[in-house]
Amino acid sequence: MSALLEQIAHCVEFGKINQQSPYPPDMKGQPGADELAKEALEAGIRPEEVLSGGLVVGMQKVGVKFRENKVFVPQVLMSAKSMAAAMAHLKPFFASGAIQRKGTVIIGTVAGDLHDIGKNLVSMMIEGGGWEVVDLGVDVSTEKFIESIEQYPGCILGLSALLTTTMVNMEETVREIKAKHPDTRVMIGGAPLTEDFKNSIGADYYSPDPQGAVEYLEAV
Amino acid sequence: MPDFLQALKDRKVLVSDGAWGTLLMDEGLKAGVCPEIWNKDFPDRVGIVAKKYVDAGADIIETNSFGGSRIKLDHYGLGDQAVDLNARAAEISRKAAGEKVFVMGSVGPTGKMLITEEVSESQMFDAFSEQGIGLEKGGADLLIMETMTDLQEAGIAVAACRENTNLPLVCSMSFETAGEGQFATMMGITPAQLAEAEFLENVVVLGSNCGKGTQEMLGVATQLRKETTMPLLIQANAGIPAYDAGEMKFPDSPDDWQTYINKLFDLNINIIGGCCGTNPGFIENIRRWVDETYS
Repeated sequence: MSALLEQIAHCVEFGKINQQSPYPPDMKGQPGADELAKEALEAGIRPEEVLSGGLVVGMQKVGVKFRENKVFVPQVLMSAKSMAAAMAHLKPFFASGAIQRKGTVIIGTVAGDLHDIGKNLVSMMIEGGGWEVVDLGVDVSTEKFIESIEQYPGCILGLSALLTTTMVNMEETVREIKAKHPDTRVMIGGAPLTEDFKNSIGADYYSPDPQGAVEYLEAV
Repeated sequence: MPDFLQALKDRKVLVSDGAWGTLLMDEGLKAGVCPEIWNKDFPDRVGIVAKKYVDAGADIIETNSFGGSRIKLDHYGLGDQAVDLNARAAEISRKAAGEKVFVMGSVGPTGKMLITEEVSESQMFDAFSEQGIGLEKGGADLLIMETMTDLQEAGIAVAACRENTNLPLVCSMSFETAGEGQFATMMGITPAQLAEAEFLENVVVLGSNCGKGTQEMLGVATQLRKETTMPLLIQANAGIPAYDAGEMKFPDSPDDWQTYINKLFDLNINIIGGCCGTNPGFIENIRRWVDETYS
């Protein structure tokens, strides 16, 4: 039973989506996260175990390797794809309430900024960590963030910016969120951001890599 | 107009320009507005930026077309104007450049990834083709595929511009540090992999722009120079920006760059300019140091 979960975690870590998928080359022809998740559920493994013992473990491993520069964006994307393939089998259990997410994270790229690669990576890692992710997309206005906070009480916010020129908008968004919803936690990320910037704009957490966001969510 | 390839051969170092986005903001461009629409709405303001770099002594200036692919313009509902906006971008720079300064049409990444299948190879090819066609039509002398991180996307951009234009092509990627003394783009491409790319026969210059600061860029330039004898372009950022009183400030000032530029001379870098955080002051200095060193 746990061997199956280990296999799922391995598929997610190395981005093996399903049996047909040619990636990674050394796993060609083998079953992927898709088939193995189905098999696990059919074998009577509880869905939450598939999530926590398979998907979360695999995503955590690839997240750490990404932080350590052992893998790059393409590998993480393939991992996320294989996670999504397995997650599809878990969807009915989320819908029925048989398994619960750890909470809701609202994520988006701030106003004026169209960059979404980093935001998408973080979004996938967080989902792979067992959280519900509401992705508002790019060029998201402060009003839209605030509306979403009201729609998902108790959510945690993730803001992204890639441009030095839009980091200023990030400051404004954080300020308005904190004024209206002082208890809402706000994480920020993006290539030019720093811990100093986080402190100066009053955000709660900054991580230079997606895994840091997952770890922060676990901690709070 | 002199021939670019001849100039590349004859002159020890060609000076290119610096950042455009921040200078356009000085002219009133707001974050969230499509910079390329300014080629149509405010050509004079775009022209001011181009002229500043000509006046600073650049041998090569770029164009306001970094995000000018249909794939990026679509976000603003401007995709159908791709050829026109790129042509205008080149016209504006051409007018500022006159007949002595080269116009290097800027082609940035699409922001979409092939690996996630959010964009297909043929969509990318078509988008880069339109961009190249527009820039050539507007009078560009050469094209630069810049800030690339994916070798496959860079290859498609090169192929599209090779097939659809007669212009010399430059391919420049953005590297980050990936462990001690190691560099890779966010997609995991190393300087050595760029130097061995399959599309090399279709480009005349390789290079690196953006990234972190000059220290890191020297590492990238050193590795590229070790791997290839091809002409190289280097455009670094003015350091890593720090937040100060409501705005992001890049730490380097033009006078901080002398040692760095001298090291680029030692590495036989052929085209030197700046990227984010630089301004005409940097280019004036580079011009002067090039002239003092090679006159």
